[in-house]
Amino acid sequence: MKQLLTKKNLVLLAVIVAVYALLWGLDSQGMFNRQTKALLVPIGINIILAVSLNLIVGFLGELSLGHAGFMSVGAYAGCMLTIYADLPMAIELPLAMLFGGLVAAIFGVIIGIPALRLRGDYLAIVTLAFGEIIRSILNNLSFVGGSGGLNGIPRYSNYTVVYVMLVITVIVITNLVNSRHGRAICSIRDNKIAAESMGIPVVYYKLLAFVVAAFFAGIAGVLYGHNLGILKPSTFDFNKSIEILVMVVMGGMGNIPGSIIAAFLITVLPEVLRGLQDYRMLIYAVVLIVMMLLNNNAKFNNFKQKFFSKKAKQQGADLAKEGK
Amino acid sequence: MEFLAQLVNGLSLGSIYALIALGYTMVYGICKMLNFAHGDVIMVGAYMLSIAMSTLHFPPFLSIIISMLVCALLGVTIERIAYKPLRQASPLAVLITAIGVSYFLQSSALLIFGSTQRSVESAVKVPNVAVGDFTISGNAIFTLAITIVLMICLTWFINKTMTGKAMLAVSEDKGAAQLMGVNVNKTIAVTFLIGSALAAVAGVLYIASYGFVGPYTGSLPGIKAFVAAVLGGIGSVPGAMLGGILLGIIESLSKAYISTQLADAIVFGVLIVVLLVKPTGLLGKKVIEKV
Repeated sequence: MKQLLTKKNLVLLAVIVAVYALLWGLDSQGMFNRQTKALLVPIGINIILAVSLNLIVGFLGELSLGHAGFMSVGAYAGCMLTIYADLPMAIELPLAMLFGGLVAAIFGVIIGIPALRLRGDYLAIVTLAFGEIIRSILNNLSFVGGSGGLNGIPRYSNYTVVYVMLVITVIVITNLVNSRHGRAICSIRDNKIAAESMGIPVVYYKLLAFVVAAFFAGIAGVLYGHNLGILKPSTFDFNKSIEILVMVVMGGMGNIPGSIIAAFLITVLPEVLRGLQDYRMLIYAVVLIVMMLLNNNAKFNNFKQKFFSKKAKQQGADLAKEGK
Repeated sequence: MEFLAQLVNGLSLGSIYALIALGYTMVYGICKMLNFAHGDVIMVGAYMLSIAMSTLHFPPFLSIIISMLVCALLGVTIERIAYKPLRQASPLAVLITAIGVSYFLQSSALLIFGSTQRSVESAVKVPNVAVGDFTISGNAIFTLAITIVLMICLTWFINKTMTGKAMLAVSEDKGAAQLMGVNVNKTIAVTFLIGSALAAVAGVLYIASYGFVGPYTGSLPGIKAFVAAVLGGIGSVPGAMLGGILLGIIESLSKAYISTQLADAIVFGVLIVVLLVKPTGLLGKKVIEKV
C-alpha cells in the first residue's frame, strides 16, 4: 500500500479529482450550453476508444480495422442487458458495462486467434473482414432489432460515469504498458523474431493486447448506447473504425496523452467547424496520409530534433547562467 | 439447369474479381505492400466511363480507352506521391497510408459526385444467348472472354518482354535487380500502371453487369478481390486468376442457394479459412522469414 501512496500518485489523484471538480463546477453554474454539454460524453467515449486502439496499433504494432466491431458487440450486449433486466441504475449500468466488456473481450479472443498467425497486411484485412461480418450479422439478427436498430435503451450515460470509466481505462492501459507485460508487447512490435527467441510468448501477448483493447472498446460501446438510447449496426461500420484510427495516428502511435488530445480534438472540431462538415472525411484521409509521410521523412525528423534540442540548449544556457 | 446459369454468373463475377486481384497481386509481389486504394481505382474508372459517355458523348470504345488512361495515370500518381517516399518505412506506415489514399478517393468522389448512385449506360451491349430453354447473359460470356484474353496477354507480357522480366526480377529481389541495371522506379511505375488499367477494365465490366456506380462501389469488390488474391496465393499471377474465378463462383452460389445477405460474410469466412489452413494460398510459394 505504501508503494501506491507515492508523491507522484497523490499528485495525479489530486489532478484527476480537480478536473472532475472543474467539470462539475462548470456544470452546476450552468456554464455549459446544451451543445457543449452534449459533447462531454462523446469526448469521453472517443478517448476510451482511442486509448484502447492505441494498445493494438501503437504498442503491439498491428493494424486493427475492426475496432468498431468490438465496440458494437459490447454495446449490443450491454444494452440488451439493461433493457431486459429491471434493476436500479446503480447496479444495472456497471453490470452492463462489465457484461459488454466481457462479450467484446470474448470476440477479441475469437479475432485474436486467427490473428496470431498473420502478418501485418493480412491481419488488417482479417480485422476488417470481422468488422464487416459482425455488422452483417447484427443487421440480420432480428432479436437485437436488425437493421432498424435497438430502441428503448435507458439514457444512463452522463459525464460522471464516462469520466470515471475514462480514468480507469487510461490508468489500466498506462500501467499495463509500463509493466513487464507492456514491455513484452512493445518488443513484439519492435522485432517479433527477436522477442520470440528471447522466450516471450508472442501468442499470449498478442491475445492479451487484443482482449484488453476489445474489453475497453466494449465498455465504450455500452456507454455510447446508453447515451444515444438507440443502437444501429450501420453506425459501427468501417468509417467508425477509420475515425478511431485517425485519432490514434494523429495523437501519435504509442503515445497515450496524444490519443487523449487527438480524441478530444476529433470529437470537438467537427462541431466547431460545422461549415467543413462535408469535407470531414477528406480531411481525415489527408491527415492519415500526411502524418505517415511526415513521420517517415528524414528531413522532418531532423527538423523536429533540431527544434527540440534548440529548446534544450537554451534551457541549458539559462541554467548555466543562473548557476554562475 | 438453373445451377448452370448461376455458375456462368459466378464465372463472370469471378473474372471481374480476377482482373482486380491481378492488380493487387502484382503490386504485392513487387512492393510487398497491399494497395488498399486499388478497389477505389475501379470506382474512378467507372465514373470516368460514365462521364466520358454520358456527359461528353464519346463513342464507347474511346470512352473505355480514356477510362483506362485516366486510371493508369491515377495509379502512377498515387505511387509517386504516397508510396514511393515510404519504401523504407515499416509496413504498418505503408498500410495506414494506403487506407488514407483509399479513403481520400472515396471522399473526393463523394464530394464531386454526391452520394446517390449514378446509373450508367453500359459501354458494351452484348445480346443474351439462348441455350436450350434458358438464356445465358451475354454480358457474362463477354466478361469471361475479355478476361481470358487479358490474362493471356498479361502472362505473355510478364514472361516474354524485358519490362515483364524486370517486374519478375524486382519482385524477387529489389536490391539485386537494381545491381543488375534494372530501373526499379520505372518498373514499379509500370506495375501500378498495368494494374490500374486492368482495374479500369474491371470497372467497365462491372458497369456492364450492374449498371450503376457510387462513391463506395469500389471498396467491396476491392476487398473481395483481395480475398481472391489471397485465396489464389498472393504474388502469383495465375493464382490471382484462379482465386478470382473460384471466389466468384463461391459468392454466386452462396447468393443463390444460401442467402443474399450472408454471401458477403461467407466470402470473408473463406478468407479466414484460407489464412488459417494454407496462408500462402492455393498457388503461392512458401516465404521463409530471414532474420
